[in-house]
Amino acid sequence: MKGIIGKKIGMTSVFSPDGKQIACTIIEAGPCVVTQVKTVDTDGYNALQLAFGDKKEKNATKAEINHFAKASTAAKRFVKEFRDTTIEKALGETVTLDIFAEGDKVEVVGTTKGKGFQGVVKRHGFSGVGEGSHGQHDRQRAPGSIGGSSYPSRVFKGMRMAGRMGTDRVKMKGLKIVKLFPEKNYILVSGSVPGHNGSIVLIQK
Amino acid sequence: MQTAVQFIHEQLTPKKEFPQFKAGDNITVNYKIIEGGKERIQSFRGDVLKVQGVGATATFTVRKISDGVGVERVFPFFSPNVEGIVLNKVGKVRRAKLFYLRERSGKSARIKEKRVK
Repeated sequence: MKGIIGKKIGMTSVFSPDGKQIACTIIEAGPCVVTQVKTVDTDGYNALQLAFGDKKEKNATKAEINHFAKASTAAKRFVKEFRDTTIEKALGETVTLDIFAEGDKVEVVGTTKGKGFQGVVKRHGFSGVGEGSHGQHDRQRAPGSIGGSSYPSRVFKGMRMAGRMGTDRVKMKGLKIVKLFPEKNYILVSGSVPGHNGSIVLIQK
Repeated sequence: MQTAVQFIHEQLTPKKEFPQFKAGDNITVNYKIIEGGKERIQSFRGDVLKVQGVGATATFTVRKISDGVGVERVFPFFSPNVEGIVLNKVGKVRRAKLFYLRERSGKSARIKEKRVK
């Protein structure tokens, strides 16, 4: 597995040579600094800790500053671990988007946009209850019955109801890398990516 | 975000020259179609209903009456399949989007031509 931390920039579309329009997301990926190398001997598993984005030194704790100093780098905003990577990098080295190639299928992990408190129609795709007429009113988007009365006389656990929606960790699989721009650290992937513009995403292969 | 999108299209979208046109103008769009493995050019002549979007993803909609049936097509400006655009007539209209033409037919669906000095 290979991975890098990136920032979602926004969406646009480009044309393939045969005239097909492809919806694409621009991601600013890396450069990430290797801030810790975990091995089976020292930590019980293999992983690479990558850091991305700058942080003002006044906002960093002493623990953070010293941890980053081991990799001889300034304080970073986002730190993520990638387990069992095939990236061969030592402490303090930078990982850039050249670990990927054009045409690769990648996975992009992000946090979806928060939707707030939503009803069952939007949150779970219920079709709503009732019609506008036939004696019914004011309940077009209601969930309907949530269980039996005398038996089981309770509501089953996990019953889909209204509630907070969004801000979930979501992985988009099989996104194709349309183009790499190493001079700007931009990756152009086909399709959409979870989260709002400017949110942090992980790109994995 | 805008600068990033601009940068991407500077690299990936080839520059193209078009005559300046707007809604109400009569244009001919020559576009490539692939028919049985062969490529040929077909033309679509009609009135521009709207020009939408900015930059490399902008599109325009052309409407024509074909055998008494209204036909509309949306073309992206920078599609490699759009071979060329010819401006036939400059129309005199007061709107940027001419959706009212859809409800009209015959004489009332005509667009007056603008006299060019």
